[in-house]
Amino acid sequence: MVPTNYYVILSAILFGLGVFAFVFKRNIITIFMSIELMLNAVNLAFVAFSQALGKLDGQVFVLFVIVVAAAEAAVGLGIIILIARNRQTLNVERVDLLKL
Amino acid sequence: MPTHPMLEYLWIVPLLPLLGSAVNGIFGAKWPNKIVNSVALGSTGLSFLAALEAVREFFESGQVLFHKEFFTWIAAGNFRAGFDLQMDQLTVVMVLVVTGVGWLIHVYATGYMAHEGGYYRFFSYLNLFMFFMLILVLAANYVLLFVGWEGVGLSSYLLIGFYFLKKSAADAGKKAFIVNRIGDFGFMLGMFLLFKTFGTLDFVQLFAKADPWPAEVMGHLGTFTIACLLLFMGACGKSAQLPLYVWLPDAMEGPTPVSALIHAATMVTAGVYVVARSHILFAHAPTAMLVVAIVGCATAFFAATIGLVQTDIKRVLAYSTVSQLGYMFLACGVGAFSAGIFHLMTHAFFKALLFLAAGSVIHAMGGEQDMSRMGGLSKKIRWTYLTMLTATLAIAGFPPFAGFFSKDSILLSAFQSEYGGRNVGYALYAFGLATALLTAFYMFRLIFLTFHGKQRYDEHHVHVHESPGNMLAPLMMLAVLSIVGGWFAAPAFLPGGTDYFTKFLQPVFGGLELAGAEAEAYSLELWLAGIAFVIALAGAVVAYWVYLKRPEKADGFAKSLKPAYTTLLNKYYVDELYAAVVVKPLLWISTNVLWKVADVAGIDGAVNGIAEGATAIGDGVRHTQSGNTRSYAVWVVVGALVVIAVILFWPSSGKPVLGMVH
Repeated sequence: MVPTNYYVILSAILFGLGVFAFVFKRNIITIFMSIELMLNAVNLAFVAFSQALGKLDGQVFVLFVIVVAAAEAAVGLGIIILIARNRQTLNVERVDLLKL
Repeated sequence: MPTHPMLEYLWIVPLLPLLGSAVNGIFGAKWPNKIVNSVALGSTGLSFLAALEAVREFFESGQVLFHKEFFTWIAAGNFRAGFDLQMDQLTVVMVLVVTGVGWLIHVYATGYMAHEGGYYRFFSYLNLFMFFMLILVLAANYVLLFVGWEGVGLSSYLLIGFYFLKKSAADAGKKAFIVNRIGDFGFMLGMFLLFKTFGTLDFVQLFAKADPWPAEVMGHLGTFTIACLLLFMGACGKSAQLPLYVWLPDAMEGPTPVSALIHAATMVTAGVYVVARSHILFAHAPTAMLVVAIVGCATAFFAATIGLVQTDIKRVLAYSTVSQLGYMFLACGVGAFSAGIFHLMTHAFFKALLFLAAGSVIHAMGGEQDMSRMGGLSKKIRWTYLTMLTATLAIAGFPPFAGFFSKDSILLSAFQSEYGGRNVGYALYAFGLATALLTAFYMFRLIFLTFHGKQRYDEHHVHVHESPGNMLAPLMMLAVLSIVGGWFAAPAFLPGGTDYFTKFLQPVFGGLELAGAEAEAYSLELWLAGIAFVIALAGAVVAYWVYLKRPEKADGFAKSLKPAYTTLLNKYYVDELYAAVVVKPLLWISTNVLWKVADVAGIDGAVNGIAEGATAIGDGVRHTQSGNTRSYAVWVVVGALVVIAVILFWPSSGKPVLGMVH
């Protein structure tokens, strides 16, 4: 049986990659994907702990997260399509109308 | 049905004028004068009748003191101030004078004010004054008395400034209010001291607790002395005594009925009333008594000298009022409280009459108040002349007019005074007598300048006419009162006779009176009365000689005494002195410290500083909003890292951190 440590370390690496991509990537779709990556990294940690502690709570949480992520994906992709249409670009550096 | 309905519902007496005031004040603006009249006269007239009925029931019930608590107004800890009214013989005198004379002056005012703007406003204020004055005299504790005290001050302010478009009237109103504030400050301190010492401000309880205490020795500043002096400070403000008398002459800017009612007959006597009401406290403080007597006597003499040279008819009467109030305090100060109250009553009659008659003269002259532009009016306004002459004889102290008896009993009490030794008493008597001489002189000067001698006005411009009936009727009634008003105390002159007024007030003032019951006192009193009469006659004769017989001598007389004359004409420069010593420094402090430092730098600085600080912080922080989504993401990451770091490395492990549970 794979020790829980491994799962948690993998989860942390995936989460770190997600954060890194979120901060440094410019393409809005890549940023969106990095958010999904972070969510799933957390899901992995939940499942791992659920198995290690023998409780179902973690798995229930994971199901919730998947549902919410799906809804978020629908809304997020809609926004991305609108931005692409209006501004002819997917670069977040150029989506800065809210600055002072 | 209670046996004494009016006593049980004593609050009706003050409430009626309040209702009249409210009705006229709210609805009167659109009403014709007739309806305003009936509301004002009806409410005060009914109040007078209610007071009469209450007095009748009071005597019928045979109580020494009627006291009733209607409701608790303030209750805090062991402090209780209630809407409690009481009635004893002193209250009876005051209530009847206030409502009776007040009603007559209301009647007079309907004629005098008939052609003035703001008619309803005037009567609304006048009724409001009646309400507060009745609260003042009926109150059963110092707190409620103080409500009336401040209330009459307010009405006085409103009525002095009745012609508020005139700057001098508005200023006079403010002056009256502010000078009274000084006195009220002392009055309140006195109340605080009494409450601290005795734990109550209710008259009955307070005096019952104070009575068994031993009297303080002369010259010792004990609790009683300090409390009495503080109360007297309030009385000095309200009753225009030295050094706070300066507002009363200026208060003559108000309409003449106001001068008669508020600034002669009733409100200004409130100070005398308070001293008389607190006589048990004063009896324990001989030092305070001596101060009261000296201040009263000094004021009487001082104001009378100023009255000698004034040419404005109302100002002469104003200084005369200050002087007569001084007499009342002199009486209280030598322990003759009933003589003081007696003079208060007779003074209310003849001084109200003098003011109303002066108002009638002013009315006849079309607004002229300067006596040097009158003269020879006696034939043209016969009734005004006769009534005013009656009042003059009364105030100058000619028998058998009212003022003779009251002034005489005061002088007798001063002569017999033992506060501060016999010599002090003799000195007080001497100054009192000198004041009587001056009084007779300036009053007959007023009569001769106004009604006799050559006509000094332009007949083509001034159409002299007698006043209407509703002004003359109150004059005549007051004239009758000025004659018979003194007879209550008259039989004391006859050997074996009784001073009914003193006897009447005996339940209130008790054995405090220095009543000369011995037979030799009668002959002394007769002697003193004779001297007073001769003095009054001398004053009148001198005035006759100077102003009628040899009018050209008056100017020469004034010239030969030029420095004294100008000093008197300028009222001893007291107003100028106060302006230099009190008003100017206060203004300087207000401008340079309170305004420029405390207000501009302190208060405005704090408010504006906070606002400017907020702007500056916003200015600095706004650069964090770059509009770049990724920079926001960096902030989120940094924030998350900080939270994690705090959770992991916060030193106080084991306790919840930031609301999280380990």
